[in-house]
Amino acid sequence: MSQAQGAYYVPHDSRWPVFGIPGMVLLAAGFSLYLNGGSWGMPLMVVGAIITLIMTVMWFRDVVNESVAGKYNTQVDASFRQGMAWFIFSEVMFFGAFFGALFYARVFSIPWLGGDDPATARYLWDSVALSWPTAGPGFLDLDYQAMGPLWLPTINTLILLTSGVTLTYAHHAMKENHRNKVIAGLAATVLLGFIFMCVQSYEYVHAYQDLNLRLDTGIYGSTFFMLTGFHGLHVTLGAVALLVMLIRVIKGHFTADDHFGFEAAAWYWHFVDVVWLGLFVFVYLI
Amino acid sequence: MSSTTHDAHHDHHDHAPPKGMTRWLFTTNHKDLGVLYMVFALIMFFVGGAMAMVIRAELFQPGLNLVDPHFFNQMTTMHALVMIFGAVMPAFTGLANWLIPVQIGAPDMALPRVNNWAFWLLPAGFVLLLLTLFMPGGGPAGGWTMYPPLVLQLGDAFPFLIFAVHVLGISSIMGSINIVATILNMRAPGMTLMKMPLFVWAWLITAFLIVAVMPVLAGAVTMLLTDQYFGTSFFSAAGGGDPVMFQHIFWFFGHPEVYILILPAFGIVSAIIPTFARKPLFGYSSMVYATASIAFLSFIVWGHHMFSVGMPLAGQLFFMYATMLVAVPTGVKIFNWMATMWQGSMTFETPMLFAIAFVILFTIGGLSGVMLALAPVDLQYHDTYFVVAHFHYVLVSGAIFSIMAGVYYWLPKWTGHMYDERLGKWHFWLSMVSVNVLFFPQHFLGLAGMPRRIPDYALQFAEFNMISSIGGFAFGLSQLIFLWVIIKCVRGGEKASDQVWEGAKGLEWTLPSPAPYHTFETPPVVK
Repeated sequence: MSQAQGAYYVPHDSRWPVFGIPGMVLLAAGFSLYLNGGSWGMPLMVVGAIITLIMTVMWFRDVVNESVAGKYNTQVDASFRQGMAWFIFSEVMFFGAFFGALFYARVFSIPWLGGDDPATARYLWDSVALSWPTAGPGFLDLDYQAMGPLWLPTINTLILLTSGVTLTYAHHAMKENHRNKVIAGLAATVLLGFIFMCVQSYEYVHAYQDLNLRLDTGIYGSTFFMLTGFHGLHVTLGAVALLVMLIRVIKGHFTADDHFGFEAAAWYWHFVDVVWLGLFVFVYLI
Repeated sequence: MSSTTHDAHHDHHDHAPPKGMTRWLFTTNHKDLGVLYMVFALIMFFVGGAMAMVIRAELFQPGLNLVDPHFFNQMTTMHALVMIFGAVMPAFTGLANWLIPVQIGAPDMALPRVNNWAFWLLPAGFVLLLLTLFMPGGGPAGGWTMYPPLVLQLGDAFPFLIFAVHVLGISSIMGSINIVATILNMRAPGMTLMKMPLFVWAWLITAFLIVAVMPVLAGAVTMLLTDQYFGTSFFSAAGGGDPVMFQHIFWFFGHPEVYILILPAFGIVSAIIPTFARKPLFGYSSMVYATASIAFLSFIVWGHHMFSVGMPLAGQLFFMYATMLVAVPTGVKIFNWMATMWQGSMTFETPMLFAIAFVILFTIGGLSGVMLALAPVDLQYHDTYFVVAHFHYVLVSGAIFSIMAGVYYWLPKWTGHMYDERLGKWHFWLSMVSVNVLFFPQHFLGLAGMPRRIPDYALQFAEFNMISSIGGFAFGLSQLIFLWVIIKCVRGGEKASDQVWEGAKGLEWTLPSPAPYHTFETPPVVK
């Protein structure tokens, strides 16, 4: 079993994680200084971001090279699957915190502030009727409009659902060794992801310019922008991952039965897709 | 690093570690990383301990004596953050790194690079966190729970605190993903799930809890950040949010977190007691199910931290009864440990002494926890020294005693030398006595109404505070013996045998002492 064929691959040393640590510190400290109004904050933050980016790229490059060189056996593959699955689970829980905030506000704090709780009504705001969407009892005279499901979010829902289909098409093509179909399906998925982000950006501009709906528009604006914003960030990451996979497909890195990099990106994309469905229902629809 | 590269062996690993600093910076070896985690935890244990000494010195006598009240508040806050995220969690993760692969017969952890990253994020997080003490406005002083709106009054340190929590969270999540992947994927042939040592089981469940709740904490502190700087209203009633919402989200993380701090301890104690009782663990499978039940319950009891902030009656009743349910699987564990010792051929080496002290003192902390679970009486206990006594019984004489037990138990395997048993016993008895002198009087102080997190107190609390402080100083000094025992054992001592302890069972005891740099490259067969 100590022959290379059966041995579990353990890299001898790993420089990129440690290389990235100062980047993380600079990114965090720079952003903090920036928020505190320090003039050094932004440059430090940019340096930190660049270092972190280099770490990410080089680390993945090492892994891709090792994978292409055939150093990974099926057990290593299974470790990657476990790692990716649990990472996505942690992301689900991260979104859970923000969905939790949305539900708490809608089910508890808004009705309480709106008079359901006599003590709140007595000590904070007397008899203000509140109903969702609201910017809260302190901003009753704020003039803004809520973002309904029509039409941009509905269009985006269709775009993301379609991208799930094209991605699955690419995956099936991968299993059947139809490389051109994989490339077509994957390229379509990345394109749809890009269109989604364009529509989302347009929606934000629309919200700020036409609806006067902003991040600081009370709890409605807070939950709306934080949930859709973090989702958009994840769509961007997922699209970048799929783009890298597209390049790797073109380079011929994958075979019909060994393509976990592709599958990991696909899992991530489906996760982002499902989160969007939750958003569409609870942020836009009801 | 290249100077250390040996001629490349394609077919097997080099069996000696590289030399110099780069070994520790770039290492992917689970034993190296385990050592790094544990050394880091030990340093943080003394940093956090020094903060505790400041607290006990200020409280030695009534009046504002030594430090500024604002600094006192920084000490209570930072003591908690350092001990939780810097000492106890990294110590457990270090033990996991060192032990899980050798207990399940794996060549290393499943994701060695991630392992390296997860460790080095810890010093990064603590640079951010500890630097806050030197910033305008001082470090975090509103309690480790970071409740708004109080935490929003923090000065320049505020974003550093938030990002430190983010970095430490990433570290814990990455470390835990690695542990789950290792346990599920790297077991030797024949090592079925229900044959795994309980330490491995405890960590599998703990790692699941970490992956589940650390992201929730990250979300909560992100909302604090945006409330402070970007105008969101999550925790502001004027905007339709609610400060109490933070407490719900925080404790949804926080309660599983306290079990994250204790479940690995159960695993360690379940390894040590059978060895020195020379009997197999009583009720192995019930231990597994009890650990899983405790983990499940941890998700539905968070409200018991918030009885006094106001909650609908149905919520109070639900959280009260759910919390009391936790006592059932915990009781199963306590009785299993007792049944393991029953009629065993017991000997009382230092690891066993700490393990037995754990069982007794953790039970005291557990029972005061059941008292606190009762919603009507919790209104009296809330934010008093009774709570402080409760969680220090479960965390100091619980979690930390178990870590010390584990260190004494496995130190001969790590170093190849027996530790100094005489000094170990001194360390144990001094710790055992002083920890009770330190924390037992705090029950009385709390029941008499002394609030926590206040640098001064009414005169009637003077005697018990002085007794508690004397216990605190004694406990702090006793830990220097621990440090000395470890250093002495690393440097030399009586040669340890492979099995080390007469009654020790398990794969790690089939390895030489010290265990070679790479182990189980050929998986052992577990019958």
